Amino acid sequence: MRPVSYARATDTAQAIAFVGGDAHAEFIAGGTNVIDLMKDDVARPSTLVDITRLPLGGVTPAATSVRIGALARMSEVADHPAMQTNFPAVVQALNESASPQLRNMATIGGNVMQRTRCTYFRDVSQPCNKRAPGAGCAAIGGVNRMHSVIGTSTHCICAHASDLAVALLMADAIVHTRGAQGERAIPLAGFYLLPGSTPERETVLERGELIEAIEIPVSTAARRSVYLKVRDRRQYEFALVSVAAGLDIQGGIIRAARVALGGVAPKPWRAHDVEAQLIGKPANDRTFAAAAAYASTGMRGFGENDFKVPLSDRAVERALSMAEAVA
Amino acid sequence: MFGKFSRRRFIVRAAIPTVAATLGSVQLLPAAEAATVTRLQPSGPHPIPVTLSVNGTSHDLMLEPRVTLLDALRERLGLFGTKKGCDQGTCGACTVLVDGTRIDSCLSLAVMNEGKAITTVEGLASSDTLHPVQQAFLDHDGFQCGYCTPGQICSAVGLINEKRPLDEASVRTWMSGNICRCGAYPNIVAAVRSAAGAKA
Repeated sequence: MRPVSYARATDTAQAIAFVGGDAHAEFIAGGTNVIDLMKDDVARPSTLVDITRLPLGGVTPAATSVRIGALARMSEVADHPAMQTNFPAVVQALNESASPQLRNMATIGGNVMQRTRCTYFRDVSQPCNKRAPGAGCAAIGGVNRMHSVIGTSTHCICAHASDLAVALLMADAIVHTRGAQGERAIPLAGFYLLPGSTPERETVLERGELIEAIEIPVSTAARRSVYLKVRDRRQYEFALVSVAAGLDIQGGIIRAARVALGGVAPKPWRAHDVEAQLIGKPANDRTFAAAAAYASTGMRGFGENDFKVPLSDRAVERALSMAEAVA
Repeated sequence: MFGKFSRRRFIVRAAIPTVAATLGSVQLLPAAEAATVTRLQPSGPHPIPVTLSVNGTSHDLMLEPRVTLLDALRERLGLFGTKKGCDQGTCGACTVLVDGTRIDSCLSLAVMNEGKAITTVEGLASSDTLHPVQQAFLDHDGFQCGYCTPGQICSAVGLINEKRPLDEASVRTWMSGNICRCGAYPNIVAAVRSAAGAKA
């Protein structure tokens, strides 16, 4: 690992000002992502600004939403009763992420900011447009079983790695940030950027802008939600395809539906076409199968990951059935 | 008035649009706000004073900020019980307890653990009496080569602190952050359940 300087922030504005004014400074909280990337020589910050002593933790339930402090640990959030009652898909996504040790370390803010697990991004001997813009993409035509099938570009086909972000997208979460220009509330649906010709830019955050909290609105659909993670191992493995699904069923009819996919795109992917097919229909397997067939609309594989296209439809169908079965 | 506009100030002001254009996302604080915030003063990358509390003993060290908790424990404090397996958070051999919570010490900077109570496998036993989890691993032969064992034991202590259901499937799920290359899992699961007081 390269040498790095360290500063322990005691004031949020101070931390924001420092990172905002130094292109080589980075925030560090749980550290599980940035330290790993520094060991791989992918991240090369000159200064790490430790934000873990800032007052940005905790899970705070309110009448119409639950606010999760950016520094809340994944395990702490998953164990919180208000989360288990209102957002089962979010809790499942958290508990199916990484390992118990890592969930005790990693924060919610850091989780949604985590970098892709594309092996070429993490191998500095290989070309990667995200790591070194203009270098090329080794995953296109390379070993791309874990890569994306929608939202890709000729510059980058990486998949977003966060399970949590998929469930948060399903639940219409809002990211609260603070930067030099003040505070912003950014819907998660507009938080991530597709790679296009600038895969190095992954979110709408400005330099130095810090996530302070993530707010999830309480809803009937989010309360009746599930997270299905299809992967090579039952634990401690990234998703091949994952689905967060929430249903609002009244008198046997689907009033609201929310479906998001993970493992298929460079950002968590909302399946609006599937949702549109569900509204107003009876909640049964025939409806779910017909709607799920729209999940793969627009998807295209790159060889080794072709299987993700049909798997997306099937995973959505199963997740919808699981959501219906939630009491 | 024009004469007061020094060369230095001119260069600073002229440079701002260039920096912003190059980096795209750089934002500079408005002058009024910047004046109210004391600038952070980083230390390092040379060794800096770091105080760690390990197994009840306080240690004053000089460490580069990049030094992980794992390397500080092994290379500076001589606590070789905590093992370095993958060094990237995938094997769990480096598991220690921080304020009673199990973490992977390879992905945590030592300096970020100041003020916290760190417990390694060396700190579990009290004088000549093994910790119940250590005893259970002996009783159930919960290891073969032993390399992953300190991490397994610390992880099990953390798991039992978490007060979760500990049926066999749950133990397998919640111990999944610790890899055993020898495949001693059946005996590890039995040891954890025994130490937790679960019925066989």
